[in-house]
Amino acid sequence: MPCHLTKCKILYQIPFWFALLLTACDFTQVNNPYPKDQDDKAILYQSFDERPKTLDPATAFAANEYAFIAQIYEPPFQYHYLKRPYELVPLTAAKMPDIQCVDKQGEKLSASADIKDIAFTDYIIDIKPNIKYQPHPALAKAATGDYAFHHLSKEQIANLNTLTDFNDNGSRELIAEDYVYQIKRLAHPKTQSPIAEMMKNYIVGFGEFSDKVKQLPKTAIKDVPMAGVTAINRYQYRIRIKGKYPQFMYWLGMMFFAPMPWEADVFYDQPGLSDKNITLHWYPIGTGAYLLAENNPNRRMILERNPNYHLETYPNEGEPDDKQADLLADANKPLPFIDKVIFTLEKETIPYWTKFLQGYYDASGIASDSFDQAVQFTGSGGVQLTESMKEKGIYLQTTVEPSSFYMGFNMLDTTVGGYTEPARKLRQALSIAIDYEEFISIFMNERGLAAQGVLPPGIYGYEEGKAGINPYSYEWTGGRPQRKAISAAKQLLKEAGYENGIDPKTKQALILYFDTTSTSIDDRPRMSWYRKQFEKLGIKLVIRSTDYNRFQDKMRKGNAQIFVWGWNADYPDPENFFFLLYGNNGKVKFGGENASNYQNPAFDRLFEDMRNRDNGSERFQLIQHMQELVRHDAPWIFGFHPKRFSLSHSWFQNRKPHAMANNELKYLRLDTATRTQQRQTWNQPVLRPLLVSAFLVVAAFAYGIKAFRQHTQKTLQ
Amino acid sequence: MINYIIRRFLYAIPILIGVNILTFVLFFIVNSPDDMARMQLGQKHVTQQAIDNWKHQHGYDVPLLWNEKAKAEEKLTNTIFYQKSVGLFMFRFGTSDSGRNISADIQERAWPSLTIALPTLIIGLIVDICVALMVALFRGSKLALGGMVLCVILMSISSLFYIIGGQFVIAKVLRWVPISGYDDGFAAVKFIILPVLIGVFSGLGSGVRWYRTLFLEEVEKDYVRTARAKGLTETQTLFRHVLPNAMIPILTGVVVVLPMLFMGSLIMESFFSIPGLGSYTIDAINSQDFAIVRAMVFLGSVLYVIGLLLTDISYTLVDPRVRLS
Repeated sequence: MPCHLTKCKILYQIPFWFALLLTACDFTQVNNPYPKDQDDKAILYQSFDERPKTLDPATAFAANEYAFIAQIYEPPFQYHYLKRPYELVPLTAAKMPDIQCVDKQGEKLSASADIKDIAFTDYIIDIKPNIKYQPHPALAKAATGDYAFHHLSKEQIANLNTLTDFNDNGSRELIAEDYVYQIKRLAHPKTQSPIAEMMKNYIVGFGEFSDKVKQLPKTAIKDVPMAGVTAINRYQYRIRIKGKYPQFMYWLGMMFFAPMPWEADVFYDQPGLSDKNITLHWYPIGTGAYLLAENNPNRRMILERNPNYHLETYPNEGEPDDKQADLLADANKPLPFIDKVIFTLEKETIPYWTKFLQGYYDASGIASDSFDQAVQFTGSGGVQLTESMKEKGIYLQTTVEPSSFYMGFNMLDTTVGGYTEPARKLRQALSIAIDYEEFISIFMNERGLAAQGVLPPGIYGYEEGKAGINPYSYEWTGGRPQRKAISAAKQLLKEAGYENGIDPKTKQALILYFDTTSTSIDDRPRMSWYRKQFEKLGIKLVIRSTDYNRFQDKMRKGNAQIFVWGWNADYPDPENFFFLLYGNNGKVKFGGENASNYQNPAFDRLFEDMRNRDNGSERFQLIQHMQELVRHDAPWIFGFHPKRFSLSHSWFQNRKPHAMANNELKYLRLDTATRTQQRQTWNQPVLRPLLVSAFLVVAAFAYGIKAFRQHTQKTLQ
Repeated sequence: MINYIIRRFLYAIPILIGVNILTFVLFFIVNSPDDMARMQLGQKHVTQQAIDNWKHQHGYDVPLLWNEKAKAEEKLTNTIFYQKSVGLFMFRFGTSDSGRNISADIQERAWPSLTIALPTLIIGLIVDICVALMVALFRGSKLALGGMVLCVILMSISSLFYIIGGQFVIAKVLRWVPISGYDDGFAAVKFIILPVLIGVFSGLGSGVRWYRTLFLEEVEKDYVRTARAKGLTETQTLFRHVLPNAMIPILTGVVVVLPMLFMGSLIMESFFSIPGLGSYTIDAINSQDFAIVRAMVFLGSVLYVIGLLLTDISYTLVDPRVRLS
């Protein structure tokens, strides 16, 4: 028995020793996912939920790829960070390009020349001297002057696992030839650039170059000339495009036209490196504000300040309110302000949101399940943060994205398609009946703006107020657009020959078919809502859910009747939206992006005229005319333009939502002292339950032993 | 035994070919090479020429299983199936359709999966056996009955609930550990505590019930009665006689899952941002990356075959009556 007592005493002392251990240890912020030595450093913490497919600027096109490469690569032009409407400004270019129109003979034409006389347009771009690439082994040179790592042996490659395993890095100056080389890369079939086919229509010699080099390795294109793209001298190059295409300027602000040193392809093309995932897809080489220091798309991507970054300063002008919003406090200061950006793979919204609230992410979007926790609506319909968010000093920024979502009709369909008056009235009636304001309220937490036309706000030609509404579906009442009453829709339906939704052929409710990829149980409420919208008119909607591949197939073959589609702007120009309705882009006939297969000769003529014009009153009028035609023909039921809600902590500064630019990291600033202090305050662990739990475990253990002894003794008896 | 092992490996070859054919057929019933190209090229500005080009570059521009236009043996070899499958049998998984080396990815992702799965298995095994022994010991009592009710309750709750509940209580409210993340080396400890704890707890109900059944089955056997009759205490009976004999099915059950530990857990890794293999296959299916899908299915099949073989071998080690021939 004394022995048992001693054991028990020790047992009962465990909580005491455990408590002592707890008090002896530093238990502040035990939930910190980052090393403690990062606390006071200017490191921005962000997340990504899907790994990028590629970081090669010739092939990357998705938003999650641009989030990285836009910080690393530099096309000649970029969007001004603060000015609205969006405006292109030089980045590596010394000035805006010299644009010269020429005729078939190569003679220069005046700026006001008739578009029919313009055979080509030359873009002559001057780049700044003394811009250097990030340190990279592809550019490292040995003492002999040869490239150090362009002829690696099998043994050398066997010892490599990542790019950091190379013992030397080099750099060199950015030259015009690098921009020319990148355009050649776009044309090479092996690069598989998503814009290659499109650029064949614009850049002179692009298609011919592609045919010429298709059998050659990627590394052999440097010295093969492309007729329309030439380096005039070390710092100047020219791109010649067919005819006039003013939107080409926007392409020059995209990553596809960022420079690439030829050494990169030679380096990465060495056999064996791709087996280690050491490729240009995963290890970029750019001149931008940041370089990719760690690339583990399965877990974490780290950007670090490029030590060779050229002088670029924070803008000193913006919108009138920017000064008041403290967005000009850093004017003229050299960029970037943040030393390192750590992107962590975070697939689920719950841990992501929790980490944001704990201060371990500096900014966040708002997922549906945390919306009510973050945002509340005011009586006047505005949005504001909840008290708990305000207490943490979090601030909210909202912006309407340059995207349009719509319900499209297949204009080739015999029931809903066509250009007859009854068909048009049927579509107009449905445009009234489908209440997208309700949709935005129910399914989007009011994060959307009901669309009145093809163009989203912020795109040239978008008109606000009474003049900008869709008169076929809305009325201007009380200073705002009001959807027409359902009686108006019923009247239109009657005029279309479907009184009370009855199909005269069958004498039963008209049946329409909605093709969608929404197949999950989560989509059912949305599908049910669509059905109810059609039922308002007595029309029966049949949902034809299918997987994405089959849906695409139906769309290509014209077998879909009604569908939902969307478009996110490539660049802020109305051409990038209206081309979705241009007849020659019909999906069925031409495999283009016109999913509705809308083909109205009057619209097409206006589009052809509008797309080549510079912004001005004439172009604006053309756009309004096109809007009117589309509203009248109603090949689309205009849906909504999504609103982006962004939350940021108080220490995260200089944030201004920008729907077109992706290279905004260099403008951002962190107040790390505040962040460290706030994290400390918010993340003190609650240790009392731990002590109680430990005590309970010990008590249960002691009770178990006691019960066990009693039980065994009882058995023996 | 060597002959037996060799024979089992030879048996595995037709199984693996069958699995490979099945995967191939199922994948291409749902997806065509054109669909795959569209998925890889993105949704904007994709032309048929670009699709044809992608298929040519990735070797998807030949027939699926039989090339009618080819000559002689090329009818079979100049097909997508043959060209994409042969390398698998030499464990050359090639590159994914998005350009990453699959072997390198698997090697990199298998370790984090194992970091979670192995402690969960070992700790779970110890805890389950201890609790099951306790319940077996107190069989017939209210404690055992209460334990079994608790086990049924634990079994009935979705593992997702444990994950979300565990993250909410331990990481969010009590702030004892990071809610998600991963790091290399010793720094990984603070990240794996919670997933391991949840993994152990969520498996407790079914584990205890299973092991309890094994122990009770043994407890009723004659040799146990003999042991008791010899005057051994209940503890001695339980630990010296019951436990070693009950360990045979436990051991074989554990050995069969050992190779599969590399494959990871989809939900656990997703919620805790563990860069393991759990989501690798699902992500590949979603992105229509056939190269990864076939590699992972093949690897899974190989590991399963190895697991079964190890089980057979482990039988001979723990039960002298079993001989492999």
